Amino acid sequence: MERDRAQDGGAPAGAPRGAAGLDADFVVRWLTAAAAAVDREADRLTELDAAIGDADHGANMRRGFRAVTGTLAEDPPATPGAVLALAGRTLVSTVGGASGPLYGTLLRRTGGELGTEAPRVSSAEFAAALAAGVAAVGALGGSAPGDKTMLDALVPAAEALPESFDAARRAAVAGALATVPLRARRGRASLLGDRSIGHQDPGAASAALLVTALAETAAEAAGSPDD
Amino acid sequence: MTEHTGRGGPARPVGIVLVSHSAEAAEAVVRLAAALAGGAAGVPLEPAGGLPDGGLGTSAERITEAARRADRGAGVAVLADLGSAVLTVRALLAEDAGGGLPPDTRLLDAPFLEGAVGAAVTAAAGGDLAAVTAAAEDAYRLRKR
Repeated sequence: MERDRAQDGGAPAGAPRGAAGLDADFVVRWLTAAAAAVDREADRLTELDAAIGDADHGANMRRGFRAVTGTLAEDPPATPGAVLALAGRTLVSTVGGASGPLYGTLLRRTGGELGTEAPRVSSAEFAAALAAGVAAVGALGGSAPGDKTMLDALVPAAEALPESFDAARRAAVAGALATVPLRARRGRASLLGDRSIGHQDPGAASAALLVTALAETAAEAAGSPDD
Repeated sequence: MTEHTGRGGPARPVGIVLVSHSAEAAEAVVRLAAALAGGAAGVPLEPAGGLPDGGLGTSAERITEAARRADRGAGVAVLADLGSAVLTVRALLAEDAGGGLPPDTRLLDAPFLEGAVGAAVTAAAGGDLAAVTAAAEDAYRLRKR
């Protein structure tokens, strides 16, 4: 269904229509939608974290993403790479938990790959940059898929993104749910050993929210008339 | 070894920053390490604990501020306790210009309390950043049974 919307022959299905590509406004709208989703789901994230962590993931993510939307509303940078870099720096300085440096690194590295100059990037360039951002998260935490972390949602999402934004969303949501039977190997949850089994990882759950917001932003852009 | 001025401690001591989820833990380990280092005369030992609102967590701002206070031009050794404390320091170091950390700031791979004592003793004796790092990281070899 999404495939029908791609009319620029070559861009991934579900990508914004036309040759324009993704601009700074697209990234601002994505992060604003992500902040709204985090705000809406903060209690659920905290409940998930209460089961295997320290019950602060919802509050930390809410604080961080509110700061991101505040910063972007004040002085939005002109390129997608610069928006991501600023948002990443803001998360590192405001979240207060491990998700700050991890999501901060994800956005900063993705933005760094795009560079601060290009006013628009193609969906393929964005997908490649996000893959580099996800790899940087793995390097920062020394983690890999299967460890019951945000990477269990982010890695499959980054792998599916070249296909379409909606495929990335489905992969992230499935990846987050697939953390339920896993035994945690990173973070405080790993101290619980087998008692971490049977609970969804809160970081994977918030990662699925971010990727879902990305797919929804892309679908809105694809559904709206060209500029 | 850097120059040493005797009683007053090294002229340009290595700075030490202790990053903990808890402000109380960071401050207490600073006091303990300073005491066990013979007062750590002249060694800048700075705590960076907790969140600005008083809660438990990691504040990137507290870390960069503490590192700047501890910097005497001979490098800054950072010890962190767990999880977000470690990841935040690593993320700052990966940023352009060290995310606001002074030049020659490094995160040590060391146990928090034992490493802090080793680092403080060595810095007070005039050890350079490499010697302070080695002393702190050597603390993992301190077996207790």
